[in-house]
Amino acid sequence: MATAVSLSGLVKRYGTVEALAGVSLEIEAGAFFGLLGPNGAGKTTLISCLAGLAKPTSGHLAVLGHDVAREYRQARRLLGVVPQELVFDPFFTVRETLHLQSGYYGLRRNSDWIDEILNQLDLTTKADTNMRQLSGGMKRRVLVAQALVHKPPVIVLDEPTAGVDVELRQNLWQFIRRLNREGHTIILTTHYLEEAEALCDQIALLKEGRLVALDSTANLLARFSGHTLALRLQEGAFLPDDLQRFAVGEKNGMHLLRLEQVAAVEEVLVRLRQAGIAVLDMRLSPPDLEEVFVRVMQDDPGNLS
Amino acid sequence: MTGFSTLLYKECLRFWRVAFQTIVAPMMTALLFLLIFAQVLDGRMQVHGVGYAGFLVPGLVMMQILQNAFANSSSSLIVGKVTGSIVFVLLPPISYGTFYAAHVLASILRGLIVGAGVLLATFWFAPLRFEAPLWIIAFALLGGGLFGSLGIIGGIWADKFDQLAAFQNFFIMPLTMLSGVFYSIHALPPFWQQVSHYNPVFYLIDGFRYGFFGVSDVPPEQGFAVVFGLFAVLSWSTLVLLKRGWKLRT
Repeated sequence: MATAVSLSGLVKRYGTVEALAGVSLEIEAGAFFGLLGPNGAGKTTLISCLAGLAKPTSGHLAVLGHDVAREYRQARRLLGVVPQELVFDPFFTVRETLHLQSGYYGLRRNSDWIDEILNQLDLTTKADTNMRQLSGGMKRRVLVAQALVHKPPVIVLDEPTAGVDVELRQNLWQFIRRLNREGHTIILTTHYLEEAEALCDQIALLKEGRLVALDSTANLLARFSGHTLALRLQEGAFLPDDLQRFAVGEKNGMHLLRLEQVAAVEEVLVRLRQAGIAVLDMRLSPPDLEEVFVRVMQDDPGNLS
Repeated sequence: MTGFSTLLYKECLRFWRVAFQTIVAPMMTALLFLLIFAQVLDGRMQVHGVGYAGFLVPGLVMMQILQNAFANSSSSLIVGKVTGSIVFVLLPPISYGTFYAAHVLASILRGLIVGAGVLLATFWFAPLRFEAPLWIIAFALLGGGLFGSLGIIGGIWADKFDQLAAFQNFFIMPLTMLSGVFYSIHALPPFWQQVSHYNPVFYLIDGFRYGFFGVSDVPPEQGFAVVFGLFAVLSWSTLVLLKRGWKLRT
């Protein structure tokens, strides 16, 4: 499988602040790749370096084998970026904006594809509306459309669904999934972890400019997360001492236990029965990315990479 | 080529969409200058054997070419930077040479449109001759290019509208106003005549005026050489800054 994006030893410093501290990773062509991390982890800086908006202090970046600095024109032609900030040019309509963006990529006749993007992003009725008159969600859709005008094989979406309503979010993901199925590599940063979990087949976690985890979504979930068992016990009952090792807290009057294996549920129930404690309610939650995220961010990165 | 023509089209469309502010308003300013000064001084004085109103027109035209060429590239860049929309031209594979050429050419075009408008509007007030039209065209293009380049540097340098306004009011305006728009430098004391020779706008206006009346303070060839040299240095400097991504690619 070809490599869509490759980063090696990427360092970016702003004065004394080290935004990226030697990040190396490779993203396979055709992947749906999630780049996650808290605010200030370096996600946007990494994307800016990849897009040529920021110059790395050291290290190399390449898009489909083209060095981002030396072969910047080829690299940029292969990349479509949806920026995080809600930016727009107030002088133009939606359609003009998309035609101009096509022209910047050397595409003079692009009306068919522009019409299709407008349709897919539910922007057809707004095509001749000035950008200033669009709502925030509409402007976000236009940003996505602008990134797609030249059908880039690698698409970077930096928080594309921030401030976007549920319906558009679903439409957008349907469209992006289709592009991914057609062979486009998707790189996504998002704060909605459930989105990343549902969409991405590979995930990288960044913390303070360092890569602290990089694996398939399934492996990450299996590696860092266990099942959570929520139990409502009969009134006045406490967890037996030998079950305290599983306890991770209480929520809405229910005891929360973290179990590495589902099979451990049986052990817990047996022990409760032996102690004569009745279980009034019980819920077992599968591992989720939020837990992985929280645990990785709380842990020492040195032990995780 | 499509990248260049698209960027040029976008830059022209940008000022055309607000033509009242970018074209009509500067024409109005130039007309007011002409009406006031020509009303007061025409018939009372002649410069280079030309009536004052006629002498004034080429200076006003060139002043508007320069100020509007500067305003075009600088405002496009500062607006793009402040609103963040500059990413739309930084993300695509547009070379720094294309970026430079499109912005400068759009600046020249806006300068020429305003200049031609002033010329047409003032044609009725002041008799003009066209002794050497090629010099008129050469100095108009060179002036627009020089100040379009300066506008790129100003627009990239400024982080706020305030800084750009300072650049415009404390550097560009004195440079254009104190350059012989309203007078021949022979009317100045020797010291200030000497100082004027260090102002490139003096050569632009003097050479431009030569194209109309065939008379000037310095030979047009000399003026052209000075301004062309400066344009070459400024273009090279701007290209170096763009190639390095100065204040654009952090």
